[in-house]
Amino acid sequence: MENRSLVTIADHSKEKIMYLIRMAEEFEKHTNRKLLEGKVVATLFFEPSTRTRLSFETAANRLGARVIGFTDPKVTSSTKGETLKDTIMMVSNYADLIVMRHYLEGAARYASEVSPVPIINAGDGANQHPSQTMLDIYSIYKTQGTLDDLNIYMVGDLKYGRTVHSLLMAMRHFNPTFHFIAPEELKMPDVYKQYCDIHHIKYVEHTDFTADTIADADILYMTRVQKERFTDLMEYERVKDLYLLKLPMLKRAKDNMRILHPLPRVNEIEYAIDDDPHAYYFEQARNGLFARQALICDALGITLDDVTNDHTIID
Amino acid sequence: MKRQELLVAALENGTVIDHIPSNKLFEVVNLLHLEQMKTSITVGYNLKSKKMGHKSIIKIAGKFFSDEELNQLAVVSPNVTLCIIKDYEVVEKKEVFLPNELKGIVKCANPKCITNNEPMKTYFHTVEGKDGVLRCHYCNKEVDLDHVKLV
Repeated sequence: MENRSLVTIADHSKEKIMYLIRMAEEFEKHTNRKLLEGKVVATLFFEPSTRTRLSFETAANRLGARVIGFTDPKVTSSTKGETLKDTIMMVSNYADLIVMRHYLEGAARYASEVSPVPIINAGDGANQHPSQTMLDIYSIYKTQGTLDDLNIYMVGDLKYGRTVHSLLMAMRHFNPTFHFIAPEELKMPDVYKQYCDIHHIKYVEHTDFTADTIADADILYMTRVQKERFTDLMEYERVKDLYLLKLPMLKRAKDNMRILHPLPRVNEIEYAIDDDPHAYYFEQARNGLFARQALICDALGITLDDVTNDHTIID
Repeated sequence: MKRQELLVAALENGTVIDHIPSNKLFEVVNLLHLEQMKTSITVGYNLKSKKMGHKSIIKIAGKFFSDEELNQLAVVSPNVTLCIIKDYEVVEKKEVFLPNELKGIVKCANPKCITNNEPMKTYFHTVEGKDGVLRCHYCNKEVDLDHVKLV
């Protein structure tokens, strides 16, 4: 049987990404359906992540699937020493699809190799988080009307920020120009800059973050600079307020520019910006619902044709 | 041959692994599980070498390895010379080639990798365009061959 699991989006072709965007658009038009009636989706969260879990569970519920799972690894057998493989084998007896979040890197890849049912990776440590990437790409497409030839500015923690790395790789098909804005300690790792070079992706690095640096941005992708990431706390104190987005910094921004953030936000985007037309992070989170509906259906072998000709639409 | 040069006895049948960098000798021993063998094994350590200054050599009597086993050596010392000896004659010389995939040989350096936390085999790929670099199939972390640790 073909393995329909989703471990990473970095390997997806341009066509596959556009296909999933079309599917997400269909779900945005008609969100409530009975397309998955009779199916059981398991959500296994070995590491808590409330917003990702709620988004996946809402996506499955609104398509008529029933959801089982756990939200807190303390109540599961993994604390008794059960292996991941055993947990996956057990749950795959009950569910048609497993959505899993794990604190260990590579856990989803391994699960997809041992599981008889498809796995969707809902985040594996610092490694991959493909549903976040899919909703980021869908948000970019929705706000810009295209994915091609965009100026994408990534700000904040570019060293450990898993979402920026996945987005960078998934955008390689679309001729982007990246601007990396980060403090010295958290700048984009060489391995991703080499990735850009190999795939002929243009990028510029900045350490300053001002109205002028971001004036050409189509997308401003903000991330949080976290204290625990710094080895040198003096350095943290020095840079912590340099990567905060404040309302006056938007005065030269292009009209089409939209601000994205994977959330949760702490203070890196001033609250006054929430009402500005450039702010898009809450809608972005909402797009996660449609993107995840598309990913769940794709993993279950439901095609775009099935979705467009669906007679189970409720609303 | 002068008596002082005859440091290692000749082999009737078996495998000679020559030109091992001395600091890699014991890794080669571990990789081929030589400590579990019952046949006689001669190990020469820190021998003088025209090519390398110092080298190590292992002669294993009565044992012929598969290419798969021998290619593992590329992980620790890619430039070794292999001689297959039959009836005191070198019947074949081999080079080792780093396989595109390594299963259960190299340990992932990432403590948060699933392979370091689950009873399973490690799995690495070579990286296109980057000589001497392996990438973990599971956590995607890259490791330089000079710094790999064996399972």
